Amino acid sequence: MSGDDRDNSTPPKHGLAGRPPEERPHPEGRRTSQGIRIDPEAEAEPRVRQAVVSALVENEPGVLSRVSGLFSRRQFNIESLTVGPTTVEGNARITLVVEETEPGIEQVKKQLAKLKPVMSVGELDDDAVRAELVLMKVHGDEPDKVHAITQMYDGQTLDAGPRTITVQITGNQSKIDDAIDAFRQFGIIEIARTGQTALARGATPTTPGEEPAPEGTIADEPQKPRTPAQHSDD
Amino acid sequence: MSEHAPPTQESEASTGKSTPTQVTDGSTAIVRALENAGVEHAFGVQGGAIMPVYDALWDSEITHITMAHEQGASHAADAYGVVSGTPGVCLATSGPGATNLVTGIADASMDSDAMIALTGQVPSHMVGSDAFQETDTTGVTAPITKHNYFASDSDTVGKTVGEAFALSETGRPGPTLVDLPKDVSFGETDRDPGEPTPPPGSTPTPAADSAAVDAAVAAIERAERPLCLFGGGVIKAEACEAARTFIHEYDIPAVTTMPGIGTVPEDDELCLSWAGMHGTGYANMAITHTDCLIAVGTRFDDRLTGGIETFAPEAEVIHIDIDPAEISKNIHADYPLIGDAATVLEQVHDAIETPPATREWVEQCSAWKDDYPMDYQTPEDEPLRPEFVVEAFDEATGDDTIVTTGVGQHQMWASQYWTYKEPRTWVSSHGLGTMGYGLPAAIGARFAADDSQDVICFDGDGSFLMTMQELSVAVRENLDITVAILNNEYIGMVRQWQDAFFEGRHMASEYNWMPEFDKMAEAFGAKGWRVDDYDEVADAIEGALEYDGPSVIDFHIDPRANVYPMVPSGGANGKFALTEEQL
Ligand SMILES: Cc1ncc(C[n+]2csc(CCOP(=O)(O)OP(=O)(O)O)c2C)c(N)n1
Repeated sequence: MSGDDRDNSTPPKHGLAGRPPEERPHPEGRRTSQGIRIDPEAEAEPRVRQAVVSALVENEPGVLSRVSGLFSRRQFNIESLTVGPTTVEGNARITLVVEETEPGIEQVKKQLAKLKPVMSVGELDDDAVRAELVLMKVHGDEPDKVHAITQMYDGQTLDAGPRTITVQITGNQSKIDDAIDAFRQFGIIEIARTGQTALARGATPTTPGEEPAPEGTIADEPQKPRTPAQHSDD
Repeated sequence: MSEHAPPTQESEASTGKSTPTQVTDGSTAIVRALENAGVEHAFGVQGGAIMPVYDALWDSEITHITMAHEQGASHAADAYGVVSGTPGVCLATSGPGATNLVTGIADASMDSDAMIALTGQVPSHMVGSDAFQETDTTGVTAPITKHNYFASDSDTVGKTVGEAFALSETGRPGPTLVDLPKDVSFGETDRDPGEPTPPPGSTPTPAADSAAVDAAVAAIERAERPLCLFGGGVIKAEACEAARTFIHEYDIPAVTTMPGIGTVPEDDELCLSWAGMHGTGYANMAITHTDCLIAVGTRFDDRLTGGIETFAPEAEVIHIDIDPAEISKNIHADYPLIGDAATVLEQVHDAIETPPATREWVEQCSAWKDDYPMDYQTPEDEPLRPEFVVEAFDEATGDDTIVTTGVGQHQMWASQYWTYKEPRTWVSSHGLGTMGYGLPAAIGARFAADDSQDVICFDGDGSFLMTMQELSVAVRENLDITVAILNNEYIGMVRQWQDAFFEGRHMASEYNWMPEFDKMAEAFGAKGWRVDDYDEVADAIEGALEYDGPSVIDFHIDPRANVYPMVPSGGANGKFALTEEQL
């Protein structure tokens, strides 16, 4: 057991025999913090980008906390999360905007797909249809100017009183950002933003394999034709 | 052990003889679901909210083992699953019963062990009112279960339990939990839950994409220093035969992770034992110098990889795993192969046309075994070496002996100095590192093992103190297990780190005083020995193995003994330290 017939390897009293670390050969290669082997020719650390991820889920109790819990415990950077029903009874769509590196975005999608109530996960292309809604309460001192700017952004006035005016603007993220900037002159008292929600453009399903509810199983909701946003910035 | 027939035999007998539970209400449906799943043993502790389920067990063929503490029940169920290959079952009442299970559920989750926990809950109409013994069990356990369920209907609760059972062993295994409000258990129903069926979409495709296989195979064919890395997933997938065939056919050396211990016999020429923080020098040399790492069923835990930047720095990585979320999570996979370990290993095996020439590399790996031997000294006038105790047990027992451990230095010695030859014989807490796992795990393992297999728990004095009350269960059930405490009167692993990294300031790591464990064992009704010297070791081991019941040997070992090799956290595997000075 402890017997030892090699000359160079009598173990020390506390420890083991063998060449010390600095005398061992060690390869030159390295990996990035993402575990990718570094190609010295083309070294590039992955950059953070924004991704819109859509998850089709079974709308069972706790599904939202499972999704949000996943993001917090895995330290994924999430910008916004929206949730709502789909055409299929019992299903919901969760739209997530995440800021991650390329491997991080892949990991977000894979971890989401592992949750049992999550049926399908897709990342939306850049050309996807995205929209967000913001409510803004501003001081009511200059109602005409507020009205003009609201019109400019295709918005609506939802509440107007002597002291405050509340408007609603919808559009993509940059339009909303612009609108908020424009309203700052009136003094914004409160803001509520929904976060982005999105669908794939054209006939492409938003999440892979996704299908509408079979004909006649949902209440006939008149589908309003979509008017393209006039202040589209992309 | 005579009254506990091994599960395989019992199930043969039970399919013919036993009368399945008649479904009359939620609880009988729950028990029937377990019976339909082939469950023969369940570990737990009674209590108000789970009483209806226990009452239904009264008439069932399922053997229930009452544990001293719910943590013990969860570890016992976990180990039962590891040894038997079918999910272990644990039960607890609501509130503190459920929260006591949490450590064992988290442990099973980290090690991807199949297990199902059934917890009582306050009646549905009281949920949310902070009722007596109410805890949001599904909320607490959501992050540490594969999935959990809140049962809401007596008619479907049996089916839900069956689904939870099936899900826990489908694809990548993991613990599941069903929370059972008392009214749901009590509510009338006559619906047979049927066979356990996993939820739709949860069963992965076993075979990997064939184009991906071809690309991986090309990488293997052009490799000069290929190395297999077998993780616990290989054992869970019953892929050890495929793994052994693969390395021998193509003469490719293999290392394992700690959970992968037993995949390949450790005395095999091609096996370099396990790699990582306290892995062998030769395994860590091989993983550092390989140019093609064929990793199977592993999640590249940080205790395996050391610093990511220096992990297998020259290697193209082929990663075979059933869980796509493990691919490129920690280590980028150049060739991801998603599928069942056995199926994909066979695909790769069959697709290789020009095997790589590996003789030189195999010889290099063997030379590293000589360069970095695990030898130690045993001067007679010095305190007992723990390594010696582990080897003495290994020699005194058969190859199929099951070893369980606590967490700390003793765990490392038990994994380093025992030569594992078979899967499902090494049962430990890897990912979570749970002190106190060893004894309840030995109890669970005992129920799953064949009578002919010995079950040995190597425990630390500190770890043993955490769950030693389970000795009462081992005595009551007359379980033939041996606990070998490697007693250094220290929180040893912490003391070793303090010596290496905290200037020897032994803050809260010196016990200074320990109970006399041999006498304590006797007080429980077990057999106890105390061993201080080398010449007492063999006799005590023989006595304990011969005794048909639980025994405890308190080995007073060298309190200064340390675990080497050691890769410091975040360090390079190839730079493992062999002595404290090298850290
Ligand atoms: C439940 C739990 N608490 C704390 C720790 C941190 N810890 C890791 S090893 C260790 C010491 C273990 O002491 P002992 O069981 O006597 O084993 P030894 O290292 O002396 O062999 C401690 C406290 C842990 N792993 N688990």
